[in-house]
Amino acid sequence: MKKKKIDVMERVREASKAVITGVDDKDIEHWVDIHIMGKAYQVPADLTIMQAIEYAGYRLMRSCGCRAGFCGACSTIFRRKGEYKLQGAMACQTRVEDGMMLVQIPFSPAEKPLYDIREEKYESSVLLKYFPDVARCVSCNTCTKSCPQNLQVMDYVQAALKGDFRGIAEGSFECIQCGLCAIRCPAEIVQYHMAQFARRMYGRHGSPRDKNVESRVGEIEKGKFNDEFDRVMGLSEAELKDVYTKQQNTREVY
Amino acid sequence: MAELKLIEGYPEYMRASIALVERTRPQRIGKLLPQMTPQEREDILNLCHPDYAPGGKRTLKMGPNRGDLAPNEVADLLEAYPLIEPDKIDLSQVDYETDILIIGGGLAGTSAALLANDHGIPAQRILLTNKLRHGDANSMMAQGGTQAADRPNDSPVLHYIDAMGGGHFTNKPDVLRRLVEDAPGVIRWLEDLGAVFDKNDAGEFVELTGGGTSRKRMHACSDYTGMEELRVLRDEFRNRKIPVLEFCPAIELLTDEEDKVVGAVVWNMETDEYKIVTAKATILATGGFGRLHIRGFPTTNHYGATYDGPVIAYRAGARLRDTDTVQYHPTGAAYPQQIIGLLLTEKLRTSGAQPLNKHGEEFVFPLEPRDVEAASFIRECYIRDNGITTPTGMKGIWLDTPLIDLIKGKGSTEKAFPAMVRMFKRFGIDMIKDPVLVFPTLHYQNGGVETDPQGATNIRGLFVAGEVSGGVHGKNRLMGNSTLDCMVYGRRAGRHSAEYVKKGVKVGTPGLQHVKNHIRDMRSSGIKTDRRTPMLLPDYRGKAVLARGIDIF
Repeated sequence: MKKKKIDVMERVREASKAVITGVDDKDIEHWVDIHIMGKAYQVPADLTIMQAIEYAGYRLMRSCGCRAGFCGACSTIFRRKGEYKLQGAMACQTRVEDGMMLVQIPFSPAEKPLYDIREEKYESSVLLKYFPDVARCVSCNTCTKSCPQNLQVMDYVQAALKGDFRGIAEGSFECIQCGLCAIRCPAEIVQYHMAQFARRMYGRHGSPRDKNVESRVGEIEKGKFNDEFDRVMGLSEAELKDVYTKQQNTREVY
Repeated sequence: MAELKLIEGYPEYMRASIALVERTRPQRIGKLLPQMTPQEREDILNLCHPDYAPGGKRTLKMGPNRGDLAPNEVADLLEAYPLIEPDKIDLSQVDYETDILIIGGGLAGTSAALLANDHGIPAQRILLTNKLRHGDANSMMAQGGTQAADRPNDSPVLHYIDAMGGGHFTNKPDVLRRLVEDAPGVIRWLEDLGAVFDKNDAGEFVELTGGGTSRKRMHACSDYTGMEELRVLRDEFRNRKIPVLEFCPAIELLTDEEDKVVGAVVWNMETDEYKIVTAKATILATGGFGRLHIRGFPTTNHYGATYDGPVIAYRAGARLRDTDTVQYHPTGAAYPQQIIGLLLTEKLRTSGAQPLNKHGEEFVFPLEPRDVEAASFIRECYIRDNGITTPTGMKGIWLDTPLIDLIKGKGSTEKAFPAMVRMFKRFGIDMIKDPVLVFPTLHYQNGGVETDPQGATNIRGLFVAGEVSGGVHGKNRLMGNSTLDCMVYGRRAGRHSAEYVKKGVKVGTPGLQHVKNHIRDMRSSGIKTDRRTPMLLPDYRGKAVLARGIDIF
């Protein structure tokens, strides 16, 4: 029995080896040629751009963060073989393709205006007060085309011109602040800073507040649950286990 | 050789198994297997959970936790030489002199900075250092939600009992109590700062359950919960002009003659220079250890999750807790290869997705606590041989995501899980139409530097918050309690460190005597290694390149 358990763990380790200890050339069947900042490398075809850069021998510090598409650190621009278009992508979420020519953009230089969200008035003019640059939008849609999240960036910039906080909040909600839109915008708008401000304004002033949480905070402050805590924390482990099991059996599911 | 032919993202043989999933789907809607009994849970953990299965761990030979068990990968880092030679560091010139040094810029560190500021420490007397960018943290990747017992049929006491049971009754009771009591306040704080949560038209939170939680108390921002919380707090932090050093990890703490922690040596990774930071209080908020790939598991964690905090704190004498446990999230991606190990939020199962074997059969209640659920997946794949084998040789379990739209209505998957839908779409898979393949993945550091209800440690001057700390979750954390922990204990550490500073702290001569002692103890304990830590970053370079590497520049 004991031996079998060890085998299981060893088999698990073996099965996911390639993603943990680095790629071993002998395991690879399919290869592609890519250019990293102009230099040619042959890399395994099944890798993401990020994994391919590492395979090629770069140890990343900049341009690598969560490795899962949430942090916006690994903005990359590339052209495919024979294609005139410049593409934007997250290196950790994009598979390499044969003939790809790429460079990473580790940082987007842009100053953020300072504000106190609690003091601002919830009116459309504050958007232009802090972000007058949005008025320069020429509706060229380059921001939308460069967004690796496929957000309708230009639409939320237009919502800003109308003072529509909710429209900006919803349109930009999945923004990972990678900066590719701002870097490509011919009007030099910094879309992601404006959207951050607008979401907070909407969250603070625009959306209705939950009442349950307010009353629960008050109940806790008044000590409503103290006796119950004292009782539960005074139980023996066996008694607590019993309470726990009963509670699990009354659980809400969907 | 031609590449493997894929039909809408999957090879033909996997399609055959998907057909079995589709066949059983209609009769599975609304029907679930029963939960396991406590005895069944214990049995399956002992059978094949990586923490309980033999091997993989050893006893620590030195330091405050000498005699405790830890995974080999963790012990290797604790029992290693420092990156610096203490005598070669010039401590006579202090580069930054501050009241509160915060090491780590995720939800915990950022919350701590804001609360220290709220409690009277001027922004310019706070310094936050981060290994990568401010916000490069596991917090950013938290998907499912944040627990807070705020609905009328719920209470902080029920939350406490759920978390205690999930943690196998090993949580520190007083620390856990503060977690659940502060939870509604944290949600209200986030609302005040303008975080946008999922709400209905009346402004009430849309709340869900998680594995092992008995009431609906998960507050979410679609499946970008951590990202929304952290970017709001970071924006607030930036508005207050709190100083920050990026790409400057702390590589050792500093201690004075009284063994108090009085700052840190930080290292600018881009210029290779070190800087001396002295502080009246130091808050460690460095996160977890997924990138250690314990027992060879892939991970959901961000690039910098390398256990640096406990390594440097241990040298300064900090006591650790629950070093023997690791949380494996049941549903990491197992296919396609490009996303192996990445998180598929537990909320998918909360919303109706069921785990199934290769025959399209259910084999476990979908919402057992994470360790139990993960062990049951490993059993199904490697003991019962009912897993689906991928082209790269991994085994996995189907997570029947198309059920979500069937249960919650058409369009609900896309609305609730934009990040998940997007990720699979990028690799050719439509999770609204087809199931996705999952296998447990290394997710969370349950234990860590032992904390008390104020976020203080056994070392004066050293506070901890978030994943780096130990005690609040015991030996297994429940969903939605990690982002909560970061903010509750980030806030507590921020407030209490501010109070500690305001009472008047005399910073002695900053030194590295504890590092010298550590080197001496290593030698006397007979530890033979040339490893130097903290690790800072993992190394995924190709083997062929490394074999030809020369370090000359």
